[in-house]
Amino acid sequence: MTDVSIEDDGVPSQEVEDVELYHATSWLTKYVFSQDAKVIAIQYACTAIAIGLVALVLSWLIRLQLAFPGAIPFIDANVYYQAVTMHGMIMVVYMLTAIFLGGFGNYLIPLMIGARDMVFPFVNMLSYWVYLLATLILAASYFVPGGPSGAGWTLYPPQAILTGTPGHEWGIILMLASLILFIVGFTMGGLNYVVTVLQARTRGMTLMRMPLTVWGIFTAAVMALLAFPGLFVACVMLLLDRTLGTSFFVPAIVEMGERRDYSGGSPILFQHLFWFFGHPEVYIVALPAFGMVSDLISVHARKNIFGYRMMVWAILAIGILSMVVWGHHMYVSGMNPLFGFFFAVTTLAIAVPTAMKVYNWVVTLWRADIHFTTPMLFALGFLITFVNGGITGLYLGNVIVDVPLSATLFVVAHFHMVMGIAPVLVIFGAIYHWYPKITGRMMDERLGKIHFWITFLGAYAVFFPMHYLGLVGVPRRFYEMGETAFVPHSAVGLNIFMTVMALIVGFSQLIFFYNAFKSLKHGALAGGNPWRAASLEWQTPETPPGHGNWGKQLPIVYRWPYGYSIPGAPDDFLPQNAPPQRGEHAT
Amino acid sequence: MSVMGLFFICVFSVAITYLWREGILEASWLQEGEIAAYRGKDGRRPNAAKTGLVVFLAVALCLFSLLAAAFFMRMGSYDWLSAPLPRILWFNTVALIAASGALHVASTAATTGARERMRNALWAGAVASLAFLSGQLWAWRDMIAGGFYASQNPANAFFFLLTGAHALHLMGGLFALFWTIAQASRKEAENALAKTVELCAIYWHFLLAVWLLVFALLVGWADNLGVVCRRLLS
Repeated sequence: MTDVSIEDDGVPSQEVEDVELYHATSWLTKYVFSQDAKVIAIQYACTAIAIGLVALVLSWLIRLQLAFPGAIPFIDANVYYQAVTMHGMIMVVYMLTAIFLGGFGNYLIPLMIGARDMVFPFVNMLSYWVYLLATLILAASYFVPGGPSGAGWTLYPPQAILTGTPGHEWGIILMLASLILFIVGFTMGGLNYVVTVLQARTRGMTLMRMPLTVWGIFTAAVMALLAFPGLFVACVMLLLDRTLGTSFFVPAIVEMGERRDYSGGSPILFQHLFWFFGHPEVYIVALPAFGMVSDLISVHARKNIFGYRMMVWAILAIGILSMVVWGHHMYVSGMNPLFGFFFAVTTLAIAVPTAMKVYNWVVTLWRADIHFTTPMLFALGFLITFVNGGITGLYLGNVIVDVPLSATLFVVAHFHMVMGIAPVLVIFGAIYHWYPKITGRMMDERLGKIHFWITFLGAYAVFFPMHYLGLVGVPRRFYEMGETAFVPHSAVGLNIFMTVMALIVGFSQLIFFYNAFKSLKHGALAGGNPWRAASLEWQTPETPPGHGNWGKQLPIVYRWPYGYSIPGAPDDFLPQNAPPQRGEHAT
Repeated sequence: MSVMGLFFICVFSVAITYLWREGILEASWLQEGEIAAYRGKDGRRPNAAKTGLVVFLAVALCLFSLLAAAFFMRMGSYDWLSAPLPRILWFNTVALIAASGALHVASTAATTGARERMRNALWAGAVASLAFLSGQLWAWRDMIAGGFYASQNPANAFFFLLTGAHALHLMGGLFALFWTIAQASRKEAENALAKTVELCAIYWHFLLAVWLLVFALLVGWADNLGVVCRRLLS
């Protein structure tokens, strides 16, 4: 099970005999059933992106219906609700969580902390295949009688399992089964990410010398391990309600004139369990993005990250606080006002460490040697977008403001800004940044910049008008507005504009895919460290990193990963594993 | 809700203590040169498998805490009616205590190198665990024979849910235990074997602790706690 190269005293040994490492013996075990974290990472990322594209197309269906109600014959109310549900669920869980933790986590953690691989490679492999199975089951719900669930991504009972909701026969069952599997798979992966960071760091790599990317992913993995059980319990109980007729969540209810056999269940209980997972989930997506953006900004501005310790502690503080704010999703569920007060206070308290991080990013940029490379553009785009989305979050975090805004497009605009667009910008930036390490070739800068500007401006064109629509009271999740007095006529024009923009942004992602595929064969050769970065993953002997990452000798770490623009140093950066210079103070 | 509060206080205090021990307060990024990693009292780093198990136990404990929280919340409704508990649960509790004890004996035997005693204790633990599982099945049969179906009342549904979740965790543990027994019958290095047996013992102690809590819920010893929780909520 465990890596044999960990010596008896628990410290990874410096040198390994080649025979000790896990060796892939055939093509199948090298590329398909691989136990190498780097291959698993690419499998995770490709699966997540593929299912994410499905969700992107679904979002077009939603937008088309909103802009041209009834104009497209096959989008009826059921198809619309199914699209809303599947788009949300896929994007949040199967795309973002999987790509950040499964993709980047698997690739970067071992390389950044100087490990040869994850500590439990076999479990890691299993994690991916369970995830793939979960994804396939979710996709399969489009091919069962009644189609996928249309209950909204929150799957609230009782309506999720009642007739009249699309997918109440099979769709909801497949959805819940798929989520249960996803959580099982993720738990296996999460154990790996957490334990690898705790156990497999190379010599000299103390916790406070880890790149912030690792800190972000590590904290997010810990949170996910503690938050996903909430969803797990909710899914199991809802599945029992649906299949065995228990009454965990479903109250006594009359449906289509007939009384169902349920009695006394508590829908609020489901909401508590669901949001117990649901809120940490947004930070599970945001924290890795925070970490990566710190590294991107630091490298491309040739300056050490400002306030490293504050950044680490802010990540931990956000992680801890985010576990106790789930109630702010339930302000309008009729809970005790004192409870609402408690949740509003904790919610607004999260703004403090988050704002610290934003200040530190800005101060890092201040008077820095900024290189406007594609990753840097995406990092700056993230900064702006995250601040925008975060500010609307402060409005919604107040009970009194949330009550009228709840279930309007304002909420949709807020969370798309803060956990949709912002993390996706980081994902793109990170792919442009680490692509040279993964493939050994650079991506095309010119195409990358075109891709950035269309994506960034287009995303704003889609979601900025939504704030206005939400403020005038346009509700979310409505199939069509019909004749409503309070919605001004300008909403129609805005909706059409947003839809056209959404189509443009969606199609423009083809530029990115063209760039990624073309660069595999025709990109400029990158060399080992094209960005001249100081952190450990750029110091591997081979690029792409070979078997066991480090060749015969593990690196020794002598300093933190942000040694840029050091006065008096020969080069403008000092790698983490460069031996101490003469005249330097060695402890 | 208060259950989850308690859980978080425990988990966060353990996590923060661990990070503090690993040097999260030290300004090691300001220093140059290699810094030795933290080592425990015996001069070793903790081993990866053990850390992995501890993290997994936190996840499992979170799951059971959430189930308990749900139990307390749902208990307050008008239709809650506890079924008479199958008597066999008392016997099962004894069996699980025996299994946990046997694995503890196996673990101490493994560190002292008493191979034969360790093997017997492992088998004893496995047999007692299987007895527990069959007993649980018997209890399920009892409930169903008495007409206490899961769909009939939330109290019954929680009975099946809690015992089922616990039994699944035990089955997973049994896979690991039989794998360990297979390792023990081969000529495995003493040291590695002792570590594996120790992990099994830790897991069984955890299962026993969870079972005792679940049992307390089912018997109704925790009702007062539920009342307090609900008062906080409403």
